[in-house]
Amino acid sequence: MIQISPHAEAALTCTLDERSLYLRRLVLGSVRSAGRGHVGPALSLIEMVRVLYDDILRIDPNNPRDPERDRAILSKGHGCLALYALLADRGFFPLSELDGFCGSDSILGGHPEYGMVPGVEASTGALGHGLSIGVGLALAARMRERNYRTFVLLGDGEINEGSVWEAAMGAAKHGLDKLVAMIDYNKLQSYGPTDYVLPLEPLADKWRSFGFAVQELNGHDVGALRTVLKQVPAVPGKPTAIICHTVKGKGLPPAESNADWHHKNKLSDSELDAIRVAVGDF
Amino acid sequence: MRNTAMNMVHKLAARDERVLYIGSDPGAGTLRAMSKEFPKRHLIEGISEAHIIGMSAGLAMEGFVPYVNTIATFLTRRCYEQVAVDLCLHNLPVRLIANGGGLVYAPLGPTHQAIEDIAIMRALPNMTVVCPCDADEAARMMDKTLDWTGPIYIRLGKGGDAIVSKAEHGFEIGKAILMRPPGDVLMVTTGVMLQRAIAAADLLAAQGIRAGILHMHTVKPLDTEALLQAIRGIKLVATLEEHVPSGGLGSAVAETLIDKLGSGLPAMLRLSLPDRFMHNYGSQDSLLKKHGLAPNAIATSIEHALAASRTSAPQLHST
Repeated sequence: MIQISPHAEAALTCTLDERSLYLRRLVLGSVRSAGRGHVGPALSLIEMVRVLYDDILRIDPNNPRDPERDRAILSKGHGCLALYALLADRGFFPLSELDGFCGSDSILGGHPEYGMVPGVEASTGALGHGLSIGVGLALAARMRERNYRTFVLLGDGEINEGSVWEAAMGAAKHGLDKLVAMIDYNKLQSYGPTDYVLPLEPLADKWRSFGFAVQELNGHDVGALRTVLKQVPAVPGKPTAIICHTVKGKGLPPAESNADWHHKNKLSDSELDAIRVAVGDF
Repeated sequence: MRNTAMNMVHKLAARDERVLYIGSDPGAGTLRAMSKEFPKRHLIEGISEAHIIGMSAGLAMEGFVPYVNTIATFLTRRCYEQVAVDLCLHNLPVRLIANGGGLVYAPLGPTHQAIEDIAIMRALPNMTVVCPCDADEAARMMDKTLDWTGPIYIRLGKGGDAIVSKAEHGFEIGKAILMRPPGDVLMVTTGVMLQRAIAAADLLAAQGIRAGILHMHTVKPLDTEALLQAIRGIKLVATLEEHVPSGGLGSAVAETLIDKLGSGLPAMLRLSLPDRFMHNYGSQDSLLKKHGLAPNAIATSIEHALAASRTSAPQLHST
C-alpha cells in the first residue's frame, strides 16, 4: 500500500489564490475553444509552471533566445496548456493565440514544438526525452562557463520510461547542480493510479539513490515551491529532484483525481457550468 | 575505416572547439589521444544510448557539434525515437558514427548486424545518410561533416577494407562519384560494395559488357542529377547494397527513377541481402558471398538481367 505523504494530503486540501484560478481559466478556455485538450495533466502542473515563470526563471519575452536565459523543458509535453497559459501571460505571444489551440493555423499544438512557440526550449510529447536534453543543456552551460540553470518538468507516469533513469545517472555522474528535475507527482496516469500501473515508491529514495538531492513538497503550495526553487542547488555538486505532490485536475472538482479528465474532448453544458463554479467566469 | 573516422574526430576537435566525442561504452582506449588532449570534450556516457542521443541534442542546441559513437544497431534500433524527435525534429548537427554497418559484426549474430539501418535512417526527415567505401574516403567525408546542417548518420565498415577511392574525386556530402563511365550497365553502389562492384565490372568487361559505376556514398540526400546523367543510354541499372531490399539504396534509386522519369525507365536489378535476419555467422565476406554479393555472383546476376532486359516481354529476375 502506498504511503500517503503529508504533502500529498496538503495538495488535496490546498486552496488556490486568484492568480492560480486565472491561469486555470486560460487553460480551460483553450479546451473550450479547441474542443479538446489534456485537462488533468495541465491543472496539476499550474503552480509548478507558475512559480517557475513568475518567480524563478531568468527569461526575457522580448529576447526569448538570450544565451544567458534559464532553460525550462516541459518533458511531460501533454501538460502543455499550463505552459502555454504562462508563456502567453508573460508576453511570449499574444493571449489570443490560446483560443487557436490545436487549430490548423495555430502555433500551439497538443504538444509543444520548438521553433513554433516562442519560449519553448524543446519539442516534447514523446515521454522520457526531456531530462536527457536537460543534461545536455546543463553540461553545455558548464563547458561554456555560463550561469544559466536548467529545469525539467517530468510527469510521474513519464518516469516509467527507462531513459529518464539513464539521464538521472548521467546528471549525477557529471554533478550537474544547475539541473533541476521537477516531478509532477499527481499519482494518476492515463489508465489509472500510478501504484497500480507501475508503482514508483519509494520515489524520493529512488532519486536519492541515483545521486540527486531530493526535496518534497505540496506542488500547489506557491510559497513552498518558491522557497525550494530559490534554494537550488540544494546540495552543491548534485542535481536536484523536487517531488511535487499534486492533484490531477486540481481546482476543478469533477476533474480532480479523475482519469476521465486526463484528456477531454468537447465540454458539455454541465461541465462548463462546473468549471464556472470552480474557477469563475471564463 | 573505423579508426580513421575516430581519429578524424580528434583532428576536427583540434580545429574546432565545438567538436565533442560522445561514446557509450566503446573499446578500451578509444580516442585515448583525444581524451588526453581534450579531456572535457571526450565523453564516455555508458550503455545508455537513448539518453546519449537526448544529451547530444541538448549540447547541439547550445552550439556544440557532438560526434556520437557506438555500434550501428544500437544507434538505429534502440533509440530510434530519440534520433527522430531529439535530433531530426530539432534538426540538430549531431553526427552518429555507426560502427559495423551491414555485416561487419557477422560473427556476433543478428543483434549486431545492421542490415536495415539505411532504411530506417533514410525515412527520417532532416537526416543525412553517408556510407563511405574505405578509410581514405572516410577521412575526406569526416572533414566535410563539421559545418553540415542537421544530423548525419555515418555508416562505417571495419578496418582493412581495400582502398578504392581516389583523392582526386574529393568528397562532397550529397554528390555521387562516377567511378567508371556507364556502358551497357550502370552499377550504383554505396559503402564497401564499391570494392565488389569494381571487381564485378572487371569480370563483366572480360565478357564484353561495359559496366559503369556510380558510387553513391550519400544515400540521403540522393544525388538525383548524377543518377539521371549516368543512366543515359544504358540498358540496365543495378544497385548493390549490404542491406535488406526494403528502403535502402535500391529503393532510393528506384523511387527517384520513377519520380523523375515516370515512363521510359531502364531495366533495374536490385542486389541486396534477403529480407530476413542472418542466421549465419562467419565473416562479412562469407555472408556477402552466401547472399550473392561477391563479385562473380554480382557479375552473373547482371549478365542474366541484361539478357532478360533485351527481350521484349517483362521478365522476372531470378534473384
